[in-house]
Formats: sequence, structure tokens, C-alpha cells
Amino acid sequence: MNDLARPRLTDAPTYAGPARTRANLVALGTITRREVHRMLRIWTQTLVPPAITMTLYFVIFGKVIGSRVGPMHGFSYMQYIVPGLVMMSVINNAYGNITSSFFGSKFGRYVEELLASPMPSWVVLTGYVSGAVLRGLLVGAIVLGIALFFTSLHIAHPLVAITTVILGATIFSLAGFINAMFAKRFDDIAIVPTFVLAPLTYLGGVFYSVNMLGSPWREASLANPILYMVNAFRFGILGIGDVPVWVAYVVMLAFVVALAAVALWLLRKGVGLRS
Amino acid sequence: MPAADASRAVPALEVVDLRKTYASGVQALKSVSLKVAQGDFFALLGPNGAGKSTLIGILSSLVNPTSGDARVFGLSIHADRGGVMRQIGLVPQEINFNQFETPFEICVNVAGFYGIPRTIARPRAEKYLKELRIWDKAFQPTRMMSGGMKRRLMIARAMMNEPRLLILDEPTAGVDIEIRRSMWHFITGINRAGTTVILTTHYLEEAEQLCRNIAIIDHGEIVEDTSMRRLLSKLDVQSFVLDVMGFDGTLPQIDGVKLVRLDDQTLEAEMPSTHDLNALFAALTAHGITVTSMRNKTNRLEELFVRLVERNGNGAAA
Repeated sequence: MNDLARPRLTDAPTYAGPARTRANLVALGTITRREVHRMLRIWTQTLVPPAITMTLYFVIFGKVIGSRVGPMHGFSYMQYIVPGLVMMSVINNAYGNITSSFFGSKFGRYVEELLASPMPSWVVLTGYVSGAVLRGLLVGAIVLGIALFFTSLHIAHPLVAITTVILGATIFSLAGFINAMFAKRFDDIAIVPTFVLAPLTYLGGVFYSVNMLGSPWREASLANPILYMVNAFRFGILGIGDVPVWVAYVVMLAFVVALAAVALWLLRKGVGLRS
Repeated sequence: MPAADASRAVPALEVVDLRKTYASGVQALKSVSLKVAQGDFFALLGPNGAGKSTLIGILSSLVNPTSGDARVFGLSIHADRGGVMRQIGLVPQEINFNQFETPFEICVNVAGFYGIPRTIARPRAEKYLKELRIWDKAFQPTRMMSGGMKRRLMIARAMMNEPRLLILDEPTAGVDIEIRRSMWHFITGINRAGTTVILTTHYLEEAEQLCRNIAIIDHGEIVEDTSMRRLLSKLDVQSFVLDVMGFDGTLPQIDGVKLVRLDDQTLEAEMPSTHDLNALFAALTAHGITVTSMRNKTNRLEELFVRLVERNGNGAAA
């Protein structure tokens, strides 16, 4: 008898308690590791483009145009736009990572490896979101590093800065996951970034203070979730913001809970995945 | 009942009144019920579109059933999906792994999805990739592998959780005969060691040689569910192709045998399966015809399969 032989049990062994928790943690670590490995394997597509794009933003908006713009809340224009540009990179890359990776697994059918495994839905979701958040954080760190070549920064509230960037990346990872679940073609994962994400980002106070806007544009801007992320992060970096930081946390946490609930429900139902 | 007997009473797979109607309205499964005993090597055959892949999809959590249940070693797919998945290894019909990853990465990652730590997964991946003779490609992207290698990789991947029930959905499609034989050698070894195997294939001679029990599914219904031996015994007619010398063009009349000329050196003989072959040879010899060689016209199972699905109103057999 070799090691493949199985005792013939009346009931199959079930995983319960600590064994189940350990198995889920191994599965979660596996998905996260695979996502990070993928990100690093194609670093010219995942890490270099945001670095180049943001360098151009810093040169054009920060140096060339920013030198003609006066101080904003006591900071140079370059310093003022750094938090928004970092957050913009984090959001775009977290979103892009999860949509391309998860839709790719659907397109190549290797999502079936996950569906035919014993992993619960929350492990699958958390694994993909962790991978996307890590890419967001890595890109954010790269962009922040590039910003330091152009200006000096003193991080006012590090804890606010790091929690905001994690929450922002989580929100857009979850949104990207939902987008990828419904997507049937590669075009479907490009529509949301082009027609929803980009306008919301540019109108989310990255380049200006919403207090500069008149009514009703200021009020309309308050419906934009990116505004809260950008301003909370700006508060974390510079100590200034257009909205109270606790309001920003409430909005971000509400989005995390709502999007996670929707994504889990879709995953359990197998929408876009199971026939 | 003694514990050992009780344990054997639990089937590896029990499908109970399983139905599946797709959103398009296609009724892929119509009340399918089936049992596969522990340790069995079971053939699930049917023409294209009969419902085999839907049934396998439901068992492997890739398709949601409309109603009914399936129990794997006593665990329900509804009540304990995770528990069921731990018992199953799936070799799907279509290639479904990441073409940019290496076979080693794929196997170790899939083990991780089952909660198997990398310290265990790495040597296990090496073991199965070596047993399936693709270890030399273990660290190259899978897109550089041949079709036969990809098929063997899917078997290695399915073995990473060392399943108690291995489901193979046409695993040898498009694979050359040598690789196919080595795959069967591996799988029969797994089965002998205690793993229950369910096989779908369009190579019916493989099913005949390998499987002990068989179900034939057609139009979403099980039309036959029996042992291979019992099914083959139902075949009451056999046909042979005879290579002959001395045939002058006139077919001899032989009682109970229908002879057909294929060409001047080849005849076809159809007769009841109980017919004495020596009487056929004697009659041919009496007419100056010498039989130099003979072979079955078709595989026996294939003949039965065609009859069963034709009786069920399906002309397009495998």
C-alpha cells in the first residue's frame, strides 16, 4: 500500500475549529503571494507606468504651473497636490490590479482552481483585495518617494495617512473586484476607470480645495467618495483638509462594509463565475 | 453492522434527483440519480451535450444545481461545500491554468488553496510532476508545454490534495497513444491504492479496459447504470473483419452468419455472440477460403453505446 491509500471512513474527515482556521490562513497567504508575485513579475506594467505618469504630473502641475499658483493653506502648490496625486495612484493601481488579475483568471478559466477548492468566499475576496492593496501601497510609496525629489514634506499625522491609504485602496479593490465579476470582455474592465474613476478622481479635490468651488458644485463634490480619501490623506500628510477627518473615516468605512457585502454576496451566488 | 461494513456502505458519490436547467432554458440534467462505490473505477459516458460536464461541474462546484443533491463520502454539496471539495480532485476537459505560471507554481498554489502548507506542497508537487514525467518542465512557463504535457499537469494538479475521489473529464483528448498509456498506468495505480475514479472519455475502448462500472447519460438522463461486465454481456451480436485468401467473389451461405464482402481480400462476418467461431472457420475452409487474420469490427462497448443512445433518440453518438 503506498501513501495514496485512504482509510475507508464512514464519514469524510471535516475541518473544524483551529484546523479550518489554519487552512484558511494558508489559502489566504497563497492568493496574496500569487498576486504579489504577479505584480512583481510584470513590474514594467505595474510599477513603472505610475512612476512615470506621476513624475510628469509633478513636473507639469507642480513645477511649471504650480510656480505661478500662490500658496494653498500655507503650503506651496507642489506640496498641496502631493497627497492627492499619491492617493490617485493608490486608487488607480489598486483598482487596476484586481480587475486585470481577477478578470484574467476568468478569461483564462483558472478561476476554476479557486471555485473548485474548499476555500470560503471571504478568503478568495480577502486574498485578491490584499494583493491589490499591497500594489496600491507600493505604488503610493514610490510616488511619495518621487515627490520628495521635488519638494520637502513633513508627515503631520502618520497614523491617519497610513489608515486612509489602506482604506482607500481597499474601497477601490472591492469596487474593482465587483467590476471584474460582472465583466465579460476586457472592454468591460476599462469602462469604469475611464468613465467613472477618472472623472471622480479629478473632481475629488486632487488639484484644488473644494472650498474654492461655489454652490452647488461644492455640495455636489461632497457626494464624491474620493474627495474624502484625498482630504483625509492630505490631513495625514499636511495637517489640512476640506472635510473633518472623522467624517472621512465614517464615509470610507461605510463604503468598505457595503462593497465587501456586495462582493461577498456576488461571490457566494457565483455571479459571472458559476453557470 | 460492524464499523468496517458500515464504512463501505457510504458511497464515494451519491447523486440524488439532480436537475439543472440553464438560464437559456436548456434542461441539461433531468432527475439524475447515481451511486459510485468507494474504490470504484467508474465510467460516465454519453454523447456530446448529454449532461456529463454539467454533472461534473455541479460536483466540483463550478455549476449551481437547480434542485437535488450530491453527497461525496456522505457530505452534501449544499450543507458542506468545503468538505466536499476537500475530497475531490478534478481534471477538467479544457486547459484551465495560468499559462504564465510554471507547473511547480501551479501545483504548489493549488495545494495552498486546499490549506496545504508549502512545506508539504513543494515535495508533493515534485513527486507528482516526476511521476507524470513533466518534472523537466517544472520551472518553465506552461505556455511552452505541449498539449500532452498540459494534460498531465492537470492530473498532477488534481493530485495535490490527494483526493479520495478523482474526476477525470476526457483527460486523454488529443493525447498520443504512448502518453495516454502512461497516464492510464498512473491513474490505475492511484485507483488500486484506494482512490475512487470517475472517468468520462470518448475513447470507449479505454472505458472498457479500465472501468468496473458504468453509467450512460443521454439527454440529461441516466439510460444505463450497471457493471461493465453485465453491460457487455447484453451485446448479443458480434462482428468481425476477416482477412482472407482464396475468395473467388462468391459469398458462401453459412447458417447464422451474415457475410459481407468488403473487397477481394476482406470479408465482414456478423453473428450471434453465442455462435461457434470454429463452425465459421470450417465453413469458410470448405469453400476454399483461408482466414489469415481477424479483428473485432468495432469496440464492443462502442457498439452498445451507439445502440443505447440511438434507442434514446440521439443519432449523434460519440
